Amino acid sequence: MEEYLKLLVASAITNNFVLTQFLGLCIFFGVSKNLNASIGMGMAVTSVMTLSSMLAWVVYTYILHPLGLQSLMLISFVLLIASFVQLLEMVIKKHAPALYNMWGIYLVLIATNCIVLAVPVTNAELHSDFLTSLVRAIGSGVGFSLALILMASLREKLQYADVPKSLQGLGISFILAGMLALSFFGFSGMITL
Amino acid sequence: MKNLWDIFYKGLFDQNPIFRLALSLCPALAVTSTVTNALAMGLSVMFVITANNVVVSIFRKVVNAKVRVPVYITSIATIVTVVILTLQAYFPDLYKELYLYLNLIVVFAIILARAEVFAAKNGVVPSFFDGLGMGAGFAGAMVFIAIIRELFGAGTLMGYQVMGASYDPALIMILPPGGFVLIGLMIASFNLIGEYQDKAKSAKQGSEA
Repeated sequence: MEEYLKLLVASAITNNFVLTQFLGLCIFFGVSKNLNASIGMGMAVTSVMTLSSMLAWVVYTYILHPLGLQSLMLISFVLLIASFVQLLEMVIKKHAPALYNMWGIYLVLIATNCIVLAVPVTNAELHSDFLTSLVRAIGSGVGFSLALILMASLREKLQYADVPKSLQGLGISFILAGMLALSFFGFSGMITL
Repeated sequence: MKNLWDIFYKGLFDQNPIFRLALSLCPALAVTSTVTNALAMGLSVMFVITANNVVVSIFRKVVNAKVRVPVYITSIATIVTVVILTLQAYFPDLYKELYLYLNLIVVFAIILARAEVFAAKNGVVPSFFDGLGMGAGFAGAMVFIAIIRELFGAGTLMGYQVMGASYDPALIMILPPGGFVLIGLMIASFNLIGEYQDKAKSAKQGSEA
């Protein structure tokens, strides 16, 4: 039990995907202009990441690995995730329109995104068992949401600041993310895997 | 011939994938802590984008518009797998360090974007040069960032000591936060250069009129 808890905290905070491994930056900088959108996006990414890495684990462990087809891993993961997200979108649209209105549009955006693909690839590389893979996916999703929501709150404050013209937009956002990463660095060494 | 050169050249500067289009920034930060890694990653991406442009361009009349994205993704994933297996066989050290990011080349926005915007509408030869130019722009930007980070962060270039023994490395440049701040400043300076160019251009037009 203890090691799962450790993995959860490690993948959410000390090995935060966005701030220490630079994954999902496109979404991170694209969506963090708005706090509400960030919360929706965080939820969407966390759920898609968890479900798709479970699916990918099953495909890898029961189909690709026994047949020795590891070289097809990438193709199958990408197609699997893209079609799964499409399916999820259709199901949610039909059965939970309220939920769809809230974060349906984000689903399309994350269908082929590096952060969603990174978790299954890491799991396959480390040959993790099912529970470990699940915990890693949830932890990474929570970490991504945390970074996104923090960043969005910071950027909302930025609207009142007088930023030099050439730094406006992406420039200042990157520097802000650097500061955020620096503060996350304080956690490093707390947990080592 | 001049046209082909223009197609190649625009990827290098005017539409540089990293500094101008701000696409595929994840690897620009993740693997640029050493020049060697950045160069390996840059060349891999250059190969993938060029090969994919050629494949997409050859099949552009056969592929139905409705299924084009899955087809492009399959093509990209195949080429990336080839690159990964090659690196695994001949450069096992690089492969170990870059493993995760090599896999993620599949979902780089820039590759899909070039297939969609350029290769799907143009012949094989222009598509080849477009991929080459975009790839070179990408690789060049990566190496440029890596040179700054490795030089100031470790005092070395490609592993060789350059800065002299008395240099005290600013470790922050190699660590993630330094990467973010550096890219922020670089984007700002590119904007600044662009502003001056625009100003000079409009001043010139003003004096001519």
